[in-house]
Amino acid sequence: MSGHSTYEPKTGFERWLDMRLPIVRFTSDHLMAFPTPKNLNYWWTFGAILAVMLGMQIVTGIVLAMHYVPHVDYAFNSVQRIMRDVNYGWLIRDLHANGASMFFLAVYIHIFRNLYYGSYKAPREVLWILGCVIYLLMMATAFFGYVLPWGQMSFHGAVVITNLIGALPVVGHSITTWLWGGFAVDNPTLNRFFSLHYLLPFMIAGVVGLHIWALHVPGNNNPTGVNVSSPEDTVAFHPYYTVKDGFGISVFLILYAVFVFYMPDALGDAANYVPANPLVTPQHIVPEWYLLPFYAILRAVPNKLMGVILMFGAIATLFVLPWLDTSKVRSMRYRPTARLYYAIFFLTCIVLGFCGAHPPDDAVIPAISGPQLLDANLNSFVWLSRIAALYYFAYFWVITPILGLTETPLPVPASISAPVLSHPASAPTGAVASPEKRG
Amino acid sequence: MADTVVGATPDPHVSGDDPNRRDFIHIATGVAAAGLVGGLAWPFIDQMNPAGDTLALASIEFDLSKVAEGQQVVVKWRGKPLFVRFRTPKEIAEAIKGDHADLRDPATDESRHKPGKAQYLILIGTCTHLGCVPTFGGGEYGGWFCPCHGSVYDTSGRIRKGPAPLNLVVPDYAFLSDTKVKVG
Repeated sequence: MSGHSTYEPKTGFERWLDMRLPIVRFTSDHLMAFPTPKNLNYWWTFGAILAVMLGMQIVTGIVLAMHYVPHVDYAFNSVQRIMRDVNYGWLIRDLHANGASMFFLAVYIHIFRNLYYGSYKAPREVLWILGCVIYLLMMATAFFGYVLPWGQMSFHGAVVITNLIGALPVVGHSITTWLWGGFAVDNPTLNRFFSLHYLLPFMIAGVVGLHIWALHVPGNNNPTGVNVSSPEDTVAFHPYYTVKDGFGISVFLILYAVFVFYMPDALGDAANYVPANPLVTPQHIVPEWYLLPFYAILRAVPNKLMGVILMFGAIATLFVLPWLDTSKVRSMRYRPTARLYYAIFFLTCIVLGFCGAHPPDDAVIPAISGPQLLDANLNSFVWLSRIAALYYFAYFWVITPILGLTETPLPVPASISAPVLSHPASAPTGAVASPEKRG
Repeated sequence: MADTVVGATPDPHVSGDDPNRRDFIHIATGVAAAGLVGGLAWPFIDQMNPAGDTLALASIEFDLSKVAEGQQVVVKWRGKPLFVRFRTPKEIAEAIKGDHADLRDPATDESRHKPGKAQYLILIGTCTHLGCVPTFGGGEYGGWFCPCHGSVYDTSGRIRKGPAPLNLVVPDYAFLSDTKVKVG
């Protein structure tokens, strides 16, 4: 995919420039002529959607920073001023706040697509790890950003999350003081969070560059998971995928606009419209929806340190996934058993998010008083999140390694073109019976 | 100048593992670079620690006569709430009774107030779990209850139930007079 360039300078100026800075050649090779599997479905448009969302967040964020005041006495009011007085401030702020949610929605779809089609497997491990790094940076950025409006949920969310680090033995306390720049979450904390919130998106953009670089070495995976074997298996990125991605982006932006214009506060928490008060904690602290599954894992464990370890472990697990998966078949299209466990895993993540949104001792099914099991009622969100967290880890550390060795996958097509050419009958015509030979 | 040239008479100091002048320059440059990075790293890390003015504001004085019996006043100290509670005899009796209970973070009630001042309980009002502010009067031990994750403290501020690992912290404080304390 890389190395061979099809670009031919057409004008004298292009030839002159190409000798000095081959930027047109670079663009042509990577955005225009880049050979892309011809069978990519709409799940593959989320990469482009994510690029658009990153751009959207950076542009709206830079504008908001022109009006926002990072000081405990003014932060809350400056956000209200943006919403009420700054020309189109409401629009830019709602685009930014809802943009974060849309960004995470897209990244979760992108990750689940990846898990389904086995895109993280060799030779795309580095590509996958860079994606995990982007995801981590996104979570850090979102956390810092959520603190800036300095409402009650901003403040106490920051208190709870920074206190997580205090769970570390010996050094925990010194590290939290260092992060706070004082003895509590206060003005120095707000200042540095603002600085980091401005910095991290540019680091994300840098890692995205590496991510695309790593993508363009082996090229895209595709729904069959079969390697590209001939030029007939591919089409040029432009116009085929610029248009397909463009359509995906347009549909996604409609959903985004529905939130921005019709329910801008649907994804936020009402408590954040109360200015931060260090002396009173809201009755129920919850993070934004996209962090709820990890919050549920944190609260599932009665021990403070273990809870923190498991929460970070849930993310760390993703980094080693390429080496946990023993299956030689990439796409779950040909792994019916894996598909079943995958479906349960997807539901588990939803359940964990649901658990994270509820107080741990609340009953899952109201009006039923379940039996007491160890320290909590069995019919409580604590136990539901424990069961779900167990499956979360089991899926990666037990099911994925064992299943790859024990299952019998369906026959994998000989090439990307094979199942298309034999359509509409079925894939097996022209398929090979030895899937383990195709990586 | 100290380079050996092919065919030239080898300098006995250049051959073998003896460091020559070029090696010296390499090593000296490396050490200088490492020293520079190390020396610069610390100021860039330490700048995030509490600044001088933050530390200077770290102690407050409080007039206890403002608190009536059975009342709790919350003041802000080091950015955190400070509970100043004038305990009733019943609360004190319950706290002493609790000395013999099975405590997660064992401490006698006596160790948590100043001698002869059992009525005044001064605590840092942040839950030792994840830093939320507990409310007084909740929970089954007559003390504080944390709404975030359900930790329960007794009338001495000791952890009795829930995820918090430690008792509510008693800050360093001293009586300046009979009714005045300095915290921090």
